[in-house]
Amino acid sequence: MAEWTTLAEAIAAHVHDGDLVALEGFTHLIPFAAGHEIIRQRRRNLSLVRMTPDLIYDQMIGAGCASKLTFSWGGNPGVGSLHRFRDAVENGWPSPIALEERSHSDLANAYVAGASNLPFAVLRGYTGSDLPRVNDRIRTITCPFTGEILAATPAVRPDVTVIHAQKADWKGNVLLWGILGVQKEAALAAKRAIVTVEERVRSLDAPPNACILPAWVVSAVCEVPRGATPSYAHGYYERDNVFYRAWDQISRDRESFCSWLDRHVLQTGDFAEYLALQSGEKTPAVPQ
Amino acid sequence: MSEAYTAEEMMTVAAARMLRNGAVCFVGIGLPSTAANLARLTHAPDAVLVYESGPIGARPPVLPLSIGDGNLAETADTVVSTPEIFRYWLQGGRIDVGFLGAAQLDRFANINTTVVGPYHKPKVRLPGAGGAPEISSSAKEVLIIVKQSKRTFVEKLDFITSVGFMTGGNSREAAGLTGKGPVAVITDLCILRPDPVTRELMVTSIHPGVDRAAIVAGTGWNVQFAEDCAQTEAPGARELETLRDLKARTAAAHGVEGEAA
Repeated sequence: MAEWTTLAEAIAAHVHDGDLVALEGFTHLIPFAAGHEIIRQRRRNLSLVRMTPDLIYDQMIGAGCASKLTFSWGGNPGVGSLHRFRDAVENGWPSPIALEERSHSDLANAYVAGASNLPFAVLRGYTGSDLPRVNDRIRTITCPFTGEILAATPAVRPDVTVIHAQKADWKGNVLLWGILGVQKEAALAAKRAIVTVEERVRSLDAPPNACILPAWVVSAVCEVPRGATPSYAHGYYERDNVFYRAWDQISRDRESFCSWLDRHVLQTGDFAEYLALQSGEKTPAVPQ
Repeated sequence: MSEAYTAEEMMTVAAARMLRNGAVCFVGIGLPSTAANLARLTHAPDAVLVYESGPIGARPPVLPLSIGDGNLAETADTVVSTPEIFRYWLQGGRIDVGFLGAAQLDRFANINTTVVGPYHKPKVRLPGAGGAPEISSSAKEVLIIVKQSKRTFVEKLDFITSVGFMTGGNSREAAGLTGKGPVAVITDLCILRPDPVTRELMVTSIHPGVDRAAIVAGTGWNVQFAEDCAQTEAPGARELETLRDLKARTAAAHGVEGEAA
């Protein structure tokens, strides 16, 4: 049953060293505040899963939180490489990272399998691709009815999934809309789910087919305004494309990354403080 | 309207022309998205643009910077989840054209977007597969748009991320792939299409002002030219105007210059 807590309490209670952790959100609603809090609490040896690692995992990998990454597309969208991710893969800095590389279709199916309490996903995929050659968890299965050979891949069942959403009501029922990605599946596939939201409301007033996670499938819900910054929250704020571009420079070498991380994440108390610092560096105060 | 245009504009216009009106198109971000939206704003107003983040029938007023921008959701006929887009719509056989980019490709239009160099000790770590392996296998046909150079058009790929015609001939059909595969590769120099028998990419149309030597120099294999190799029609006034308007609107909206991908 969802408990309203602070983000720091939710991460302390539900994200442990060595956990299999998914922070999902497809361009939209990426849970940056939660990623920062995981860094602040210095979690180590996490196995991270995410379709598109994005800046959030670049930061977590650079901060030394991860020993493994399962992913399907690792870039800074529209900008270029994730430099901290590449430094970990190419040079083992700050520590070596094991990769489990899959395709979008596979990982989306694998979350569905996890949410459906199935051990594996089945799909038409990977034929002719070299990915199964470098990932021995991509295998095949023969259809017992038609004899067709299909790709079979392990379900993703995180210890904890973290997502960001627009709203939750006082009981902890969560509403999200716009581009939904795999958030619902990732939350339902996990043992524990943390949801950060833009605002706490009296009532969701949602139509019957809206994407809702009932309070009883959520472990903790936390009010974190602008908690998806620099990604966006549909109906609340736009993507901070300037920051996505700036990240290319910030993350390019270890020194500038470390000083950014120290000042903006490790030495700030929470995400509100981070936002205030960040906005002080370019524009006037962030509305809360 | 000036006659002058850039090689990139020629490439985008030539790629846009390939998309027929009414086609359901699964659109990659970057150059494919620019070309598909240009098609929608010119000769193909009823093209249905599908993005892997879930929007179906998107009509973005400016080019999206990333695959999941809000304007895709706001203008779409519907927005579905990512599992649904891959399961029901792509794997379900609803996509006429997959529109892809590439970091590298070979003579059989196989694509590498994973690594340059050995996988476990890469010289360059590229972003990876994204949706491409299944788009390239499940879309009824595939268009590829990519700038041509010896670095991108290579004799042998270090890694095959997404398949074209595999080892050529009928190897793609023999592997049981449902879609027809790449029907054209559009570059800043020319258009290449697969030979009907060997499936090796051949130059079938050369953009105005480009000489054959430049194409040979920009290809890592001994590239062949079709006997009836044509000259690509130069971008028309309306095509150029629409493309430049779209890019200008995008720049104004994002405060940056168009799409970077």
